[in-house]
Amino acid sequence: MIQVIVNGAQHRFETPLDVGTMLQKLQMAGKKIAVERNGEIIPKSLHQKTLLADGDQLEVVVAVGGG
Amino acid sequence: MKDALVIAGKSYASRLLIGTGKYRDFAQTTAAVEASGAQIVTVAIRRTNIGQNANEPSLLDALPPSKFTYLPNTAGCYNAADAVRTLRLARELLDGHDLVKLEVLGDPHTLYPNMPETLEAAKQLVKEGFKVMVYCSDDPIQAQMLEAAGCVAIMPLASLIGSGMGILNPWNLQLVIDKVKLPVIVDAGVGTASDAAIAMELGCDGVLMNTAVAAARDPVMMARAMKKAVEAGREAFLAGRMPKKLYAAAPSSPSEGKIAPKAA
Repeated sequence: MIQVIVNGAQHRFETPLDVGTMLQKLQMAGKKIAVERNGEIIPKSLHQKTLLADGDQLEVVVAVGGG
Repeated sequence: MKDALVIAGKSYASRLLIGTGKYRDFAQTTAAVEASGAQIVTVAIRRTNIGQNANEPSLLDALPPSKFTYLPNTAGCYNAADAVRTLRLARELLDGHDLVKLEVLGDPHTLYPNMPETLEAAKQLVKEGFKVMVYCSDDPIQAQMLEAAGCVAIMPLASLIGSGMGILNPWNLQLVIDKVKLPVIVDAGVGTASDAAIAMELGCDGVLMNTAVAAARDPVMMARAMKKAVEAGREAFLAGRMPKKLYAAAPSSPSEGKIAPKAA
């Protein structure tokens, strides 16, 4: 079991867990998003290959209306 | 393309850039953007809502990136590091798209730019291959620094973001236009069509606005008005206005051949 922070909220997951699987569990898969882990971009091509660790901080973003 | 706006080597027929915030819904966003004729639209980067339906309509459906040039911004960032992170996320989100709008704010009351942080972020982004259009103060010296840092467009405020106060310091804008070779685009402060026309008459290369359109009673009609104002202002600039004269106004009708004045 690991605990990670996604967009400021704590989530607990069974391990091992990669970024792609986490996005599926959070119902974010298939959306046009970008992911940052601990301040570093995780490119889409590496979502399935990047394993998460306890304490990781993730930001998952979308494009919204803005000026 | 005749009289195109050229940014980072790409030509745009429209000199009006539109923000996509504050509209009632996506349908109104699309209608307003289409009425404005804008080809470049700004977007913000924000956390996604966890658990939200993946099939829910998104901005990218309302304004397909295949049809518009997206300009992701760093609105809400108060330091260089956050601005750089935001635009790295934007580039990942938009499949390597590298044309961005940098804005590093000074405080939430004025949304005035923090220029030292803006310059630092600009240098870092240029180093990372971004094409940076930069929101800045209307200070010609700072504008030259941003040009030297490798930005692709200088975007001074005309008055505070969202204030609708119009072009408050045309002299400074003129100095910026004279001092930099890059396109100068007024970003922030335009309230109505005449403001946009004034910016263009001064010789600005374009105008970027959001609230002036979105907060109008009829945003779609205002978008159309802004399109005409930017075009009219541009043509007036290119046509070259007549010199202003305080005295010795010359009548437009002939002075000769007038009928005899009535005898007293």
